[in-house]
Amino acid sequence: MSLLNEQIQGQLKEIFADMKKEITLAVFTKKEGCETCADTIAFMQEIEALSDKIHLEEIDFDTNAERAAAYNVQMVPSIVMLNDQKEYLGVKFNGIPAGHEINSFIPAIVEVSGAGESLPENFMEKINALEKPVNIKVFVTLSCPHCAGAVQKAHKLALESPMIDAEMVEAQTFFELSDKFNVSSVPKIVINDQYEFVGNQPLEVFLEEIAKTQ
Amino acid sequence: MELNLNMDLGSKSKKTPFDKNLKFDLLVIGSGPAGLNAALYGKRKGLKVGVIGKKSGGQVIDTTSVENYLGFEFKTGEDLVKEFKNHVASLNVPILGDAEVEGVLKTKEGFDVKLTSGEIIKSIAVIIATGSKPRQLGVKGESEFLGKGVAYCAICDGPLFEGLDVIVAGGGNSAVEAAIDLAKIANTVTLVHRSQFRADQIVIDKLNTLENVKVMLQTEILEVKGQALMSGIVVKDKETGNESELIANGLFVEIGYLPNSTFLKGSVEFNSRDEIKVNAACETSVEGLFAAGDVTDIPYKQIIISAGEGAKAALTANDYINRMK
Repeated sequence: MSLLNEQIQGQLKEIFADMKKEITLAVFTKKEGCETCADTIAFMQEIEALSDKIHLEEIDFDTNAERAAAYNVQMVPSIVMLNDQKEYLGVKFNGIPAGHEINSFIPAIVEVSGAGESLPENFMEKINALEKPVNIKVFVTLSCPHCAGAVQKAHKLALESPMIDAEMVEAQTFFELSDKFNVSSVPKIVINDQYEFVGNQPLEVFLEEIAKTQ
Repeated sequence: MELNLNMDLGSKSKKTPFDKNLKFDLLVIGSGPAGLNAALYGKRKGLKVGVIGKKSGGQVIDTTSVENYLGFEFKTGEDLVKEFKNHVASLNVPILGDAEVEGVLKTKEGFDVKLTSGEIIKSIAVIIATGSKPRQLGVKGESEFLGKGVAYCAICDGPLFEGLDVIVAGGGNSAVEAAIDLAKIANTVTLVHRSQFRADQIVIDKLNTLENVKVMLQTEILEVKGQALMSGIVVKDKETGNESELIANGLFVEIGYLPNSTFLKGSVEFNSRDEIKVNAACETSVEGLFAAGDVTDIPYKQIIISAGEGAKAALTANDYINRMK
């Protein structure tokens, strides 16, 4: 059964028409012990079919430790977006980006293809000044309407800086990790596993918290 | 698997661009029901209209179900917002999203609307439709356990309380509806309210059919307790005066709203609740500055009322702009 109905397919095709270059969705899965891997792959296959510029690659987590490490993949399913040079730009989704997260996933595809708009000058100064690596985890639920906004911001920052790695974490699929970070409101943003805040806050707040890691 | 595609995050090229250098006839601040309907009415009058919004769709988007908007027996808050936005988009109204207004200054030619980014946008008239935000209980432990059990969005955070025990604070429609939704996910739901129900009878009846829901009226919440995460609340029975502790993993606060008016403090007249005072025509104490919806002192904060007020504000603004031109 198709997950995307005809209407959504049409809308997505229209959005993907704005893509500049090719991208690859590198999806890490496991053969066993992954309840949502099959659904994630099926979903990604439908996305792939909507544009010639989108390519799908399924990677077995257990037998490709090196590649998993290269993209800092620590759980499955995990979708890593690679640009036309197959480079990882810091855009990753852990768990199936369905429900409201489709609204962070689709723009990420378009942005990784090179069609994004750049951030204002005052933000870029702060981003360019980063010297140490930054990891941003955005915990979400699929029923949260404003979580996708926070995920988009984190990914935007990652795209603008080689120092930033940003990942969506679907809190229910990865409940152990959510428990570890005491996630009981979403979006919850955790930076370098240490600094955190709740809510789809303005970019200024992201940058303030990021500054604490430097 | 469900998908909630929200098109305005998509193709940028198909959106009407917002020209910050344009002098607008009418700037609408806020993109909830009041703001969107004001934009619709203003545009149909032929005005150069722009919308500046922080949260597209406003608070409606956090509402699970809307069953009292004329013409729609049932809509999720999000779907209703989608209808609003599609309607406004069909008229090519430029919307500046994710932007926050810092102040509105009256000038000789109209108004300077200053954004937190420092940019200034000019307009002949302005409609304030910035809505409201969830009110807090104001009890000990509430802010300490924010995001650690204390929550303000049941549809967002409900899934994180699967099989756990939760409390809903409040007695209006949002509280009762949150309790109904949470009862599907949580082990038990206790609705605690300091007085009697304010909710519609139809939703109270539905709540009463649920077996894992307990209702405690005339009960005041005194404190949120816990260690790393919240573990319960202290309540007082207002009739007997007895205090007791309720064990729970989560507390969903649904006790009404506070107006988003702080940025206008001192520049326009408020009532004692910091709501913008308006007359029957949505005029504020400042000529050319209009207000509509939950941010104003009109009674009953409802989606359909806000939408109607937005329309009225735009029509009054249109008359004003025609006089000024």
